[in-house]
This record gives sequence, C-alpha cells and structure tokens, in this order.
Amino acid sequence: MIGGLFIYNHKGEVLISRVYRDDIGRNAVDAFRVNVIHARQQVRSPVTNIARTSFFHIKRSNIWLACVTKQNVNAGLVFEFLNKMVEVMQSYFGKISEDNIKNNFVLIYELLDEILDFGYPQNADTSILKTFITQTGIKAQVTKEEQSQITSQVTGQISWRREGIKYRRNELFLDVLENVNLLMSPQGQVLSAHVAGRIVMKSYLSGMPECKFGINDKLVLDKSGRSDDPSKVSATGKASIAIDDCTFHQCVRLSKFETEHSISFIPPDGEYELMRYRTTKDISLPFRVIPLVREVGRTKMEVKVVIKSNFKPSLLAQKIEVRIPTPLNTSGVQVICMKGKAKYKASENAIVWKLKRMGGMKESQISAEIELLPSDKKKWSRPPISMNFEVPFAPSGLKVRYLKVFEPKLNYSDHDVIKWVRYIGRSGLYETRC
Amino acid sequence: MTDSKYFTTTKKGEIFELKNELNSDKKEKKKEAVKKVIASMTVGKDVSALFPDVVNCMQTDNLELKKLVYLYLMNYAKSQPDMAIMAVNTFVKDCEDTNPLIRALAVRTMGCIRVDKITEYLCEPLRKCLKDEDPYVRKTAAVCVAKLHDINAQLVEDQGFLDQLRELLSDSNPMVVANAVAALSEISDTSPSPAAQMEMNQQTINKLLAALNECTEWGQIFILDALSNYVPKDDREAQSICERVTPRLAHSNAGVVLSAVKVLMKGMEYVGMESEFVTTLQKKLAPPLVTLLSSEPEVQYVALRNINLIVQKRPDILKHEMKVFFVKYNDPIYVKLEKLDIMIRLATQENIAQVLAELKEYATEVDVDFVRKSVRAIGRCAIKVEQAAERCVSTLLDLIQTKVNYVVQEAIVVIKDIFRKYPNKYESIISTLCENLESLDEPDARASMIWIVGEYAERIDNADELLESFLEGFHDESTQVQLQLLTAIVKLFLKKPTETQELVQQVLSLATQDSDNPDLRDRGYIYWRLLSTDPAAAKEVVLAEKPLISSETDRLEPTLLDELICYIASLASVYHKPPSAFVEGQALVVRKTQLPVRSASGEPGATGATESPVPQQAQPVQQQQSVIPSHDTAMGDLLGDLLSMDLNPPQQQMSMTPAPQQDMGGMDLLGGGLDSLLGGPSPVAGMPASQASMGGGLGDILGLGISSTTYVPPKQVWLPAPKAKGLEVSGTFSIRQNVRYMDLTLKNNAMAPMGDFAIQFNKNSFGLSPASALQVPSPLSPGQTADVTLPLGTNGPVQKMDPLMNLQVAMKNNIDVFYFSCLIPIHLLFTEDGQMDRKVFLATWKDIPDSNEVQKEIANPNQLDPKGISDKLQQSFIFTIAQRNVDGRDMLYQSLKLTNGIWVLAELKIQPRSPTMTLSLKTRALDVIPQVQQAYELIIANM
Repeated sequence: MIGGLFIYNHKGEVLISRVYRDDIGRNAVDAFRVNVIHARQQVRSPVTNIARTSFFHIKRSNIWLACVTKQNVNAGLVFEFLNKMVEVMQSYFGKISEDNIKNNFVLIYELLDEILDFGYPQNADTSILKTFITQTGIKAQVTKEEQSQITSQVTGQISWRREGIKYRRNELFLDVLENVNLLMSPQGQVLSAHVAGRIVMKSYLSGMPECKFGINDKLVLDKSGRSDDPSKVSATGKASIAIDDCTFHQCVRLSKFETEHSISFIPPDGEYELMRYRTTKDISLPFRVIPLVREVGRTKMEVKVVIKSNFKPSLLAQKIEVRIPTPLNTSGVQVICMKGKAKYKASENAIVWKLKRMGGMKESQISAEIELLPSDKKKWSRPPISMNFEVPFAPSGLKVRYLKVFEPKLNYSDHDVIKWVRYIGRSGLYETRC
Repeated sequence: MTDSKYFTTTKKGEIFELKNELNSDKKEKKKEAVKKVIASMTVGKDVSALFPDVVNCMQTDNLELKKLVYLYLMNYAKSQPDMAIMAVNTFVKDCEDTNPLIRALAVRTMGCIRVDKITEYLCEPLRKCLKDEDPYVRKTAAVCVAKLHDINAQLVEDQGFLDQLRELLSDSNPMVVANAVAALSEISDTSPSPAAQMEMNQQTINKLLAALNECTEWGQIFILDALSNYVPKDDREAQSICERVTPRLAHSNAGVVLSAVKVLMKGMEYVGMESEFVTTLQKKLAPPLVTLLSSEPEVQYVALRNINLIVQKRPDILKHEMKVFFVKYNDPIYVKLEKLDIMIRLATQENIAQVLAELKEYATEVDVDFVRKSVRAIGRCAIKVEQAAERCVSTLLDLIQTKVNYVVQEAIVVIKDIFRKYPNKYESIISTLCENLESLDEPDARASMIWIVGEYAERIDNADELLESFLEGFHDESTQVQLQLLTAIVKLFLKKPTETQELVQQVLSLATQDSDNPDLRDRGYIYWRLLSTDPAAAKEVVLAEKPLISSETDRLEPTLLDELICYIASLASVYHKPPSAFVEGQALVVRKTQLPVRSASGEPGATGATESPVPQQAQPVQQQQSVIPSHDTAMGDLLGDLLSMDLNPPQQQMSMTPAPQQDMGGMDLLGGGLDSLLGGPSPVAGMPASQASMGGGLGDILGLGISSTTYVPPKQVWLPAPKAKGLEVSGTFSIRQNVRYMDLTLKNNAMAPMGDFAIQFNKNSFGLSPASALQVPSPLSPGQTADVTLPLGTNGPVQKMDPLMNLQVAMKNNIDVFYFSCLIPIHLLFTEDGQMDRKVFLATWKDIPDSNEVQKEIANPNQLDPKGISDKLQQSFIFTIAQRNVDGRDMLYQSLKLTNGIWVLAELKIQPRSPTMTLSLKTRALDVIPQVQQAYELIIANM
C-alpha cells in the first residue's frame, strides 16, 4: 500500500511529509524533488519509478502532492485517494496553496493520520471527518454517546450521514449540470461528441430519509413500457434518452440499480454529487461554429467565424465566448463583429469574442484580419477554435421524472418536501478544427 | 492563528530554546513548542535530540498535543529505542481509555513504532483491541496486525493474531471486514509461511461479497482485490461472483471500477469462452471503461494503460469505441501517447479512414514525441490493415514533403517496415525517399534508408554513389548504421558485381580491420569468406527471401499479458511489467495470481481484432509446450526431430500403420536392447536418475519415442523355463509412437533349437489382441536369446477378467503349446486423446456422483513439483487440464481415457516438500480405480 505522502511547493520544498511504511526512507523525499519537480519538462507520466520506488503525483495550482510506494499498489486507488485528499483539504481550508498548507499543517497531519492507516485509505468523507477533526483541535471533551456516535459513523454502513439531523423546512435542490463536448471537423462533420452530466443535490432533510430518484432513461422506461407516451416529450423533443454509462455516489445502492434500474439511496446532508452520466447519442448541440481561415501570402491571414444557435427561440444562452487562436508570429489584428465584444489577446495568442446572451435559432459573425511577421519557424499547428457557453436546458435531453422522499420514523411525507429542479448545459471541450 | 510561523524559526540555539519551551509549565507554550518541533521535522531538520522532552509531553488530556507527540515518536523511536520505552506505559494506559478514539489512536501509533521492546508490550493491548466493542477500534486493530507482521512475522503467527484476524472477516461491521481483508491479503502476499496464507473458501467469498455492498469505497477496493485472487471452483461459481461484482462498475471511484474490472476479466477466464454470459459481460464492461476517460488526467492515464492490456486480451470489448480514444488538444502528453497506442490496436478495415485522418492531424502538432509516435502509428496502420496500406503510404509521402526533419526521419523508418510487409508494391516512392538522404541524422533513420538502398539496389541507378557517400564517415556512425551499411554494400555487390568491387573491398576492410566492434568484425569476416569461397552461396544467404513481418510486433508476450491481466489496476499494469521487476523480494513469494492454463494456449492464434478465426477454446497442453519450449526438453526434442527427419524416414510410417516386422528388425533390436539396459531385470531403483534420463534421451534420438515415452515397467518372467520345456519368456508392455507393444524376451534354455513360434491371447477385459504374427528369428539356438516386439490392437474379443487386468496368453513353438498369464499395466490402455476439454471436465466432474470418488494418499518419493509431475504423467497420456494453487498446495486436474472409452478424472493435491500427495479419482467405472492409482504411483515413482 501507500508508503508515504509528501506535499511540496512549486520550488520543491517539502511542506508535509508523512511516512507510513518502513521501506520508505527519508531520501525518497529528495528523490522526487530532484527527479520530478526539478526535471520539469522531461517527466511525462504521473507515475515515476526511481530506484525501485514508485511515485504517484498530481499537481494542483502549484502544489505537488506525491504518494510513494515500493509495492505493487492499486494505482487507481492511489490517484483517487490523492484527489480525495485535495477535496478534503479544500473543504477544510479552501484553496490549495502554499500558505494555506503551511497555516494548517497540524490539521493536515491529523487528517493524514486519520484517513491513511499503514497506507490503507480509511473513511475520508469530509462531513464525517468534520465531526471529530476540527480546526480548533479534536474535541477532547465529548460525552460517551457522542464518541460512540462518531465511531459508528466512521465505520458504519451509512458512513456519509449522521443521525439526528433536523430541519424545520424539508427542502431539496436538484441541479442537472451537463457539459457538452464536441470535436468538429472544419467541414462541419462531428468527429466526436458526448455529454458528461452530473446531478448535484442539496438536501436539507430531517432524519434518515429514503429517497427514490427517476429520470427518463430509455432502459427504465422501456422496461415499464412507458416510452411511447407522447405527453412525456422533453424540451429537446425526445421521450427518453440512452445513457451510455453512469456512476453513483456511494450512497446509492448499486446492486439495486443493477437489478431493478432504480436509483434509491439515503442522501448525505447538504451538497453532494448524486450521479454522473455520459451520453453520446442524439445530443442536441446548442451551437455550431463555422470557421473560414484563409492565408493571404506569408504575412496576412483572414479569419471569418460564424456561430449559429440551435435551440428553441424562447430560450437564451449566456456567457458565450469564442476563442480563435492566432499564430505565434501575429503582429496585429483587426476585428469586426456586429454583436458582442471581441479583442485580440496577444498573451493568449487568441482572439476572444464575448457575447452576453444569444437567443435560439440565431446567427452571428466575426471577421478578422491577422497580420503576421515573416518567420521561418516551424509551421503553426492551428489549434482548434473553442467555445464556451451556458444554456438553460440539458443538451442530452435528460429529464428528472420524480424524486420521492420517505422517512418512516419522522412525521413528514413526500408532499411536505419542497423540491427544486434546475437544468444547466455548459460547454465542456467544445472545439471546431479550422 | 496560523501555523506557518513555525516554519520560519531557523535561528542558532533553536534546539536549546525549544527544550526550554517543551519543559514549560504552560500548556499552550508546550503545544506551540511541539508544533515547532514537528515543523522542523517536516523540512528535514534533525530534532531527535529533543526526544525525552517531547515524550514528556505525551501524558496529556489534549488530544491534539497527544497526536503531535505520537507523530514525533513514530519518526524518531527507531533511532532512540531505549528512550522510546518511556512511552510504553502511556500507550498501554491509553489502550484502556474509555474513549474509543483514544484507544484506537494508541494501538494505531504503537504499531508504527518499530522497536522490539515496544512490540512485546503491544501484543496484549492488540489482542484486546481486536475484540473491542467499538468497531472503530477493531478496524484500527485489524490494520495493526499487518503492521506487527511487517515488524515481526513470527510473533504474529505465534500469538494467534492471524486467527483473530480471520474471525474479523465475519464481523458485523463492513469496515472492519474490509480492513481485515486488506491486512490478511498483505500478510499472505509477503509471507512465505503456509500458515499465513489467506484461506479463501466459498463461505469467506460470500461474506466478502456481502460486505462489498456496504463498506466505504476504499474498503470495496480491498475486497475486490482480494476476490480477484480467488480461484472459483467451477464456472457456475465464477459466474455468480461476476454477477455480484458487476454493479461496482457504476461506482464513481475509478479505483473501485478498475478493481471490479480485474475481478471480471479474471472471472471470464473461468467461465466458458463461448458462453453467452461472457458476451453480455463484455458488453457491460465497455461503458465504464469509457467513462474512466472523463476522470482526472492521472486516473485516465492509469485507465488507459489498463485498457491497453484489455484490448490485447479481449479485443471485442472496445472494438466499437474507437472515437473515444481520439486525442484532445488539451490532453496531457502522457494521455495523448497512450490514446494513440490504443487507437492503433483498435484500427480495423472499417474505421481506418477515420483513424488515418486523425493521425494525419496529430502529425502536425508541436510535441515532438507525439508527432513521432503519430507517424509511427501511420506505418503500423499500413502494416496492420492491408487495404489501407496505399493510403498510409501516400499520407507518409505528404508528411515527408513537409520537410520537418524528425517527421521525415520517422517516416522513413516506418516505410522500411512497409516495404518489408508488402514487397514489390510501393518501391516507386524510393526516389522521393532518396531526396531526403542528407537530412537524416538519426541512426534509426539512416540505417533504414541504407537498408532500403541495399535491398533495392538494382532499381536505384546511383545506389553505389549513395552508399559510398555514407562510407566516408564510416567510423563515426553508430554500430547499427555500420552493420546495415556493410550488409547493404554486400547486397549491392551481389546484384551489380562489376561496378562495385572496389566498394565492397573497402567496406570489408573497414569492418574487419579498422573496427573494434566484434559484431561488426564477425559479420565482415563471414561475408568476406562467403564471397571468396562460394559467391552462389553468398547470394543465397545474403539475398535470401525475408520472412514477412508480423502486424502485431508490439503486442505483449501472451504469458506476460495473462500475468498482467491478473494485476489490472495495480502498478504492474501501469508499467506493463510483472511486479517482480520493480518490487523487492517479490520473487520469493509464490504468487497465486494465474489465469487458468488454457488461456495461455488459446491466445497465440488470435492475433488481432480483425482476424481471429481460431476459436479461443482449450487446446492441448502439448501444443502450448511447442509454442514455448521449456529449456530442458527443447534440446532433446529438437535433436529427436532432426534425427528422425534425416535418418529414420520409415519411422514416420510406423506411426501410421504397423509396418511389417522385418523392416524394423534392426531398430527393434536396438530398442529392445535399450529397454533391457534401462529397465531389464536389474533393479531400476539402483540406477542414478541422471543416467536414466539420459537413456530416455537416447531413446528419443533413435526415434523410438519422440512423441511419447510412457513408463515401461521392467520385464518380468512370465513363463519360467522349467514350465515350458526350456523356453523362458519374460516381457513387459510399452507404448511407442502411439502403438502398444508387448515386448518379449525369449530364451532357449533347452538343448535343441526352437522354431515356429506363434502367440494367441484369450478374451480379456480390454479386448487386447496381437496385431500381427509373432516374428521370432528361427531357429532359436540353444542358449540364444531373442527380443521380440509384438504390436497390439485393442479390438479383440472382450470378456471381463478377474483380476481385471489379467491377460491369458498361449504361446506355441515347435515343441509344444504353453500357457501363461500376465497383468496388463493399465497405463498401456491410456489413449493419446485423453485430454478432456476444460468445460466438459467441469461438467463431467459434477455429473459423476460423489460416491464414485475415491481418494488415496500416494507417494511422491522424489518430491517432484507440479510441473514435473504433470510432464511425467502427460508422457503416459494422463493430461493436466488445469492447475491452481490453494493455500500453498498445488491442485492438478487431470483426465485420461482408456481404449474402451472409459474416462477417469483425477484431482491431484500436491503439498510442497511432502513425500506424499492426495489423489482423488472420479469415474463411472469404479473397477479401474485401483489400477489407475497403481499406475499413478508407478509412473511418478519410476520415471
């Protein structure tokens, strides 16, 4: 298992070093600094083997986190753990930065002691950790009941929720957040497109509520024979959607999903991600980008880009940004656009065109003249034109059909819970080659 | 209040100051001081001098302070063992604390202090904590056992902690179960002792599967990793495990998903290949694997490395998912390179157009490594998909036109391979290649270009000039280029001898006289001598037709691939190396991770996604051996093959039809002579083993038993001379070249010559009968001995005898008719087609009622290992169907078939270093069991 965990700043100075196993010597800390951090460009893999010692690293802002081991560990686990560690630290003290880490080093050691034992990850759920590891030091004076409550939560079957939660108003917020990803050829052919969706839930519910959640998944609907129901047609005109794959928060009973295709769970308190899913079929692409790049001689280029919105006219897209890359030897750019604002950003080697909002079924255009310095450097690799936006619907066509709440022990019923649902479609990597 | 200030104290006299602060009366000041100490420790300063002062702070109510002190202790206890003892009392006391968090903390920390004296004190508290009422303490104690095992394995075994740990597998709390599994797995991985091995039976498996649904994500990984080491009893069990693990594929933790994939990939090996179950399971595997590609890049990397293995093992799973491996502009380079690799593996005729378009796009990117690999990938596409070769070549030509130096060089290297794969097809482009000669500065590219020039010298008008230009800087070239240049010029000379004599002399003298490189010198001399002695032979050697190169040159070797499949998700799968390559001490431990035997042999046939006409089913073990010959047998086999090819053509016939006796008389004599030498009346036991095996080798060479050297019992006297008027008959039975023989020695002890021999068998249990007449050189003069072999058939009249194996024989000569009886060794009746298909085996094993199972301890006097036993038995047509390792014991599953169609199934349990093993036989015909048991003992003891 994991033999040790080190955290470094961007210069390679150690901020945290915790060794769990005897086979990891002190020199491992330096080996990583010398061979990975100071080597900069040459290291091309997140896993490095130095003298029979393996290092797994991730980098967040300019902080390096590295796990070290001499055994044949589960690599998936190690990286998931490192990411979890980042998440835990963020929820304790915000951004991962050198200052924050130095300011909280005692806390971090305490956390590392708790969530890794002999290199084996233990319960790392922040909501539970926060009940007994606090920034003001561990609560030493707690009653016996509290102690046993803590330990049963840490080890318990429902490790993500504590008992005895009470709210005056039982409320639920559901956000369907989708990232639509696209790679399009210059000719407008879709090379690849997929939607990576997340269902984020904020639950403020009393007791230990049992929830049941339903979406317009083709598999489920086909099973219950309701897919033909025309009244259930969603915003994008599809009755049901085909989900390629989905993953769930650990609270969801996976075996039940496998057999009955029903999503049932006892939710954690507060905000968490219930589900992730991926679809590739029948995605309604909110925008189409049509590029036209013409090289006029060796010192001039003409670029014209048209964007077309492709959704119901009654809806509005927001925060639209088109990023048109320019060659490294650009000396000047003239931009003309009818709508929005466009600017050449030399530091980013791109023309950035921003539109506050845009209705459905509309079209907009930008053209630019790029002047180039004569250069004989190697040819420009023409990065794709990328786009950012936000639309108030789910490009995959996903719809929430129901979310039922049962709490057998307390006296509130499904009707008493106030539920909110919201759909947001955002651009992921939305690129068109030019 | 922030803690960062502790990092900045670097004044002189710091230690002294800290000492004072640590001994301060004020709690706050103490705590501050300890924090400073920890900060110094983190940045690598030596603060071990403060040991006693820090330990003094240990006894406190403040949990935060306590934890800091513990942290210090864990770091420095080893360097100050005597002082560490001071802490013991506090630990022991803490283990009794009312607060479970403190109890756990104490036992957790104590396990991390690697000081012998402390370890002694740990045992009692640990024992208690393993039975603590609080699950938090129990789960901590479970891990502590693994810690203690790492310090002192013997102690853990002696104190019975392993049993306590095993009990925790049934704990009511899932996290306790998970940690116990993790600890037990680690212990059984690192400990060679059989007592430490993890007992995995159906019951444990069920417990683990139950806990799997309830424990934390990490716990699920521990459990899945442990499950993957379990070998299911039959395909039904394998199937049910797979079914219960499948839901994990929807977990959001990539570690859980990958470990589940491992269990399923292994599980599928135990379920029949063609079954529908596998097909549906394969379908279920694709989506989660694709989903892993939308996680963090580091996780993606691990996933991609594993997908690379999975695609090689089971190309069907992702065959429709090519597009998801398209490279994104912002992918980190390590993700890009891996995706590229997988794209090539998935390339087929159907999707090649898309792939090529992508690759062309990539070849214009900026990252040099990535561009190079993309160019290489285009070449690989051409070699893999013949229909696309032309398009690939034209794409490569386009790339060469870009004149980007490294692109051109890479392209030339792959074009050389394309020429090798499709000779006489694309040579028209050679002129374009030649234009770029000057720009090549990498050895690979130069060598490739030189090869092309040499290979096609007759089509290139100025080939001699081109090669000559390389020759100028001969000594500055790398060896690879020098060797290539030497060969190319010799080729050129053989093709255009008139114009190039001078050139070839020049290169030969450069290579032989002016070079320090032995390889180069040797090659030079060989060419020189060839050319000077026999130019025609030189032509044949140097310009010989080259074997076509395979399309899958970069596939992992099948046995390595199978091993790596067992390590999915782990570091080994990331490195694509077995753990022994990067983990110390790994080689000592016998790993249980093995795929069933048949997968290894099933694989070599299926080379790519497109062409796999070979059904992936069980193939005879024999074939597997011929694919990868083991070292010791290879030599003998080869010799045997060679000799039998060159010297003994009739031998081949003999295996088809029993040839007339006369033809093989000489050989029979030899064979008989050898037999009597080896296994004659003289006691075999006294013969040194090496000599015996050498004899076997000799037998091989003479072609008497190339494919089979079954065990031949020593000859026995069947008919003593006094009973047969001076004729003494002794004999035995043997199988050679799949023909059964009765080997007889006839001795004339009478005063008169004998002749007119004939032989007849009575009806017997297996219908054995002479297949030809008895040929004895007659007359047999007094005192003379004759060795005779009698081929036997098995289609004679059948009558059940008592004893079963009894054979009554009548022998006639010119004097009288004599009767005698002998016992047929049952292994004579084993047939060469006695290898049961694995699935049939499982089904049959289940089908035969348990009452038909007979167990017996049999001797293994030489303490052979399973491989040795299995090889030996196979020579006598007892075939090993599968092998697995349970708790350190090897289980061999074997089958054999008798000539009359009776199947006998066997399970052989071999305990390492034990003189006995357990043989369980299962068959519908119980009568043969004692004989089969006896045959096992004989074969194992005697060969």
